[in-house]
Amino acid sequence: MRLNPRIVNSGVLLLLNMVALFTVGILVVIVCLIVLKGITHISLDFILSYPEDMGRHGGVFPSVISTLFLVFLSIAFATPLGLGTAIYLTEYTRESLLTKTIRFGVESLAGIPSIIYGLFGFIFFVTKLKMGWSLLSGALTLTIMILPTIIRTSEEAIKAVPRHLRIVSHSLGATKWETVVKVVLPGAAPGIVTGIMLSIGRAVGETAAVIFTMGSSLRLPTSLFESGRTLAVHFYILAREGISMEKAYATALVLVVSILAVNILAYYIMHKVIAKYS
Amino acid sequence: MSTTNALLKDRLVRITMSMCAFSSLFFLFLIFVFILIEGLPLFYRVGLLNIIAGFKWAPTKGHFGIFPMIVSSFLVTCGALLVGGPLGLACAVYLAEYAGKKKKLFLKPALELLAGIPSVVYGFLGVLYIIPVIRTYWGGSGFSLLAASLVLGIMILPTVISISYDSLMSVPRAYREGSLAMGATKWQTTYRVVMPAATSGILASFILGMGRAIGETMAVIMVAGNALKIPDSILAPLRTLTSNIALELAYASGDHRLGLFSTGVVLLVIIMILNYLANFVIRRRVVK
Repeated sequence: MRLNPRIVNSGVLLLLNMVALFTVGILVVIVCLIVLKGITHISLDFILSYPEDMGRHGGVFPSVISTLFLVFLSIAFATPLGLGTAIYLTEYTRESLLTKTIRFGVESLAGIPSIIYGLFGFIFFVTKLKMGWSLLSGALTLTIMILPTIIRTSEEAIKAVPRHLRIVSHSLGATKWETVVKVVLPGAAPGIVTGIMLSIGRAVGETAAVIFTMGSSLRLPTSLFESGRTLAVHFYILAREGISMEKAYATALVLVVSILAVNILAYYIMHKVIAKYS
Repeated sequence: MSTTNALLKDRLVRITMSMCAFSSLFFLFLIFVFILIEGLPLFYRVGLLNIIAGFKWAPTKGHFGIFPMIVSSFLVTCGALLVGGPLGLACAVYLAEYAGKKKKLFLKPALELLAGIPSVVYGFLGVLYIIPVIRTYWGGSGFSLLAASLVLGIMILPTVISISYDSLMSVPRAYREGSLAMGATKWQTTYRVVMPAATSGILASFILGMGRAIGETMAVIMVAGNALKIPDSILAPLRTLTSNIALELAYASGDHRLGLFSTGVVLLVIIMILNYLANFVIRRRVVK
């Protein structure tokens, strides 16, 4: 017997609706679990005080600072490099074997798992360059890891700037670079910022690449060559070694809320850009 | 005079930009060189087969067999694909073909946010909410292939959804209109016309999802149990290639450390093959 196509059609619609709802439900459940379980153990004091007894008591202040330093440094290194690459690929060359090779490099970097970055950072920055487990080793490793995200989003943003703006700028006698700085980059800025925000989210949540390059010292790092423990690494150690579930939930809350905030802001900016150009 | 200055500056800028552009290739080169320098010597010394086909991992006693980990990585990846593949594809189809504009505006970013949740959080919640369920209903410790597959299946959703969605959206509108005009229902159109036209992109999304799953580390360590043998059921614990590196790197030295880099070499080769496959599948569509 053949089923009536119309009935199948409504059945599928219902099923797909349920699947989509279920998948969004996963996100909602994850966020709710972390927020509800964490909120009772969190306070301003938790964020601003030092941990005691391996994190069993006290707060996460050094981890907050370590995370901020690490993210700031890796973004500061990766943004000029990534933006330079994107500008070169879009404004200074035509599609050729060269650009294809560079794109292949970027795609390959994006596909490499974070533990490989951890291995590489450990052997190259920590051991061979003798930087030790330090903020700098961690930041340099993360720089390479987030570079593909920044390149891709910047490239998309630069490509979206209408072509005629460049032609007008050239016709007024501006050089290529003047056109890039005064016309292209301002137009592409929101898209570039989106890429930076997404990279911040990635860097904040990263564990495997950070733990083997920056180490996990609980002290507040006071120089680039000192080890530190980011929030993600601290959370991993709290949870895996069963040190304290309450503190683990509270740390997870700080982690997840800050990452979601950054990501939502990124999507908001992107949405504004799409609305502007269409 | 000022014109020549400006032109000179333009040249300098071009050189700087091209140097930036080469940095990615340079980093890729560095990563490969240093992982290979550390990882390859053991393959010569111990023998390729003794490593990739060896069953015993006892690096301090000279045994570097990682065959069980290769199999485990493969099983976990397939498990993740079984969970995340159909679910992700269904979401992508819903988003591309069925969801209204307003729903899409909310759903798409929400699904992409799943990618932002750190892997340690997935692992943590897996330990607290998936492991006990498995332990209660099916027995065993709960730390298992099944738990790892479920957690990874959720983690690969954003990859599968976004790439499948893009390939569904790139199917020309005329295909849909032609099919609908002939009296086909929405689902017949989706299933018989749109999805076949997007096959290569959907396949690529699965392959890249596998790449994501095989490379995942922290979440897997937390839920997979990390036992050093080939799992004999979906409830048995296992240790993947990535877990092996992350579990032991902190204290390994000498040949033991080299063994972890050899594990890294194998992982890197598998990832490169998967990426190449995904690219190949996508490129074939463009040629066609």
